[in-house]
Amino acid sequence: MTPVCVTAHGAVSGVLSKKSCEMEVRYNNFVSTTVSSVDDEELLQRFLAGDREAFRTLVQRYHTVLVQVARYYVNSTATAEDVAQETWIAVLKGAERFEGRASFKTWLFRIVANRARSTGTREKRQIPIDPTDPVAGDRFNSEGMWKEPPASFADLLADNEANAEVAAAVRVAISNLPDVQRSVVTLRDVEGLSTSEVAALLDLSEANIRVVLHRARAHIRETVERVAKGDR
Amino acid sequence: MALVKDINCREAVSLIGNYLDGRLPRRERRRLERHLAGCDACQAYLEQMRATIILTGQVGPEDLSDQALDDLMDVFERFRRDGDEDATP
Repeated sequence: MTPVCVTAHGAVSGVLSKKSCEMEVRYNNFVSTTVSSVDDEELLQRFLAGDREAFRTLVQRYHTVLVQVARYYVNSTATAEDVAQETWIAVLKGAERFEGRASFKTWLFRIVANRARSTGTREKRQIPIDPTDPVAGDRFNSEGMWKEPPASFADLLADNEANAEVAAAVRVAISNLPDVQRSVVTLRDVEGLSTSEVAALLDLSEANIRVVLHRARAHIRETVERVAKGDR
Repeated sequence: MALVKDINCREAVSLIGNYLDGRLPRRERRRLERHLAGCDACQAYLEQMRATIILTGQVGPEDLSDQALDDLMDVFERFRRDGDEDATP
């Protein structure tokens, strides 16, 4: 019987290797679980009942992202910190009005983006069209084929000890990205928002979000590949 | 690492971003999948990209400094205290 892998685009027979198929399934499971944020709503309910620790957990979970989103619109980190703090005050005042139509985090990010927009003095972001390939050209020969195949990351994913090292490297890679890439990849891949949600928060088109996201992921991939190969 | 059907590895790599987003038109998707079926290196690249997305999703939020957290908890306490005062007849 021909092996069948159910990919994001439907069942594909005999196209992907068993290993690729396993990664595809893991990827899809991961994507579907990160989108869920049931815990946030539960924390919100506990906070409304007066639980200080629930608020602390939400702050620990989201404050740095709020600062980052605010920083996208305003000129200084100090102003972004102020906007993020005002956002928490708005949450404290308005939490009872949260209706649960969107997830808590989407609601929270909308508040910070709206506040930062009205505070912001930064000129509108320009997204340069980047026609270059996501992988350095010298990885390919003159016929456009890999000189050396990419290193496998499967061992990194399976190894808990390596995971801490990889997580640290990914974090550094994200922090070194240009502002727009950092904001996009944080909201899309770290926080698990949809492309349309990220586009609305950052006032960019979905097409631009995808271009920027591919670029950011490619940079992070390069960093992880260096860790996988043992280069630092 | 092979020229499979009508695209080479470099072109295949340039399509993988949209492939992961499910945004590749059917015709291009089929060309890419035919290439992937015969190219271990590009399959490895696709796995790298999926792994990168998984790993990025696992890093969690950046640590918040104790000072920043204390300041924000003060905001919470002030709000709760003022709220209580407001509620007092």
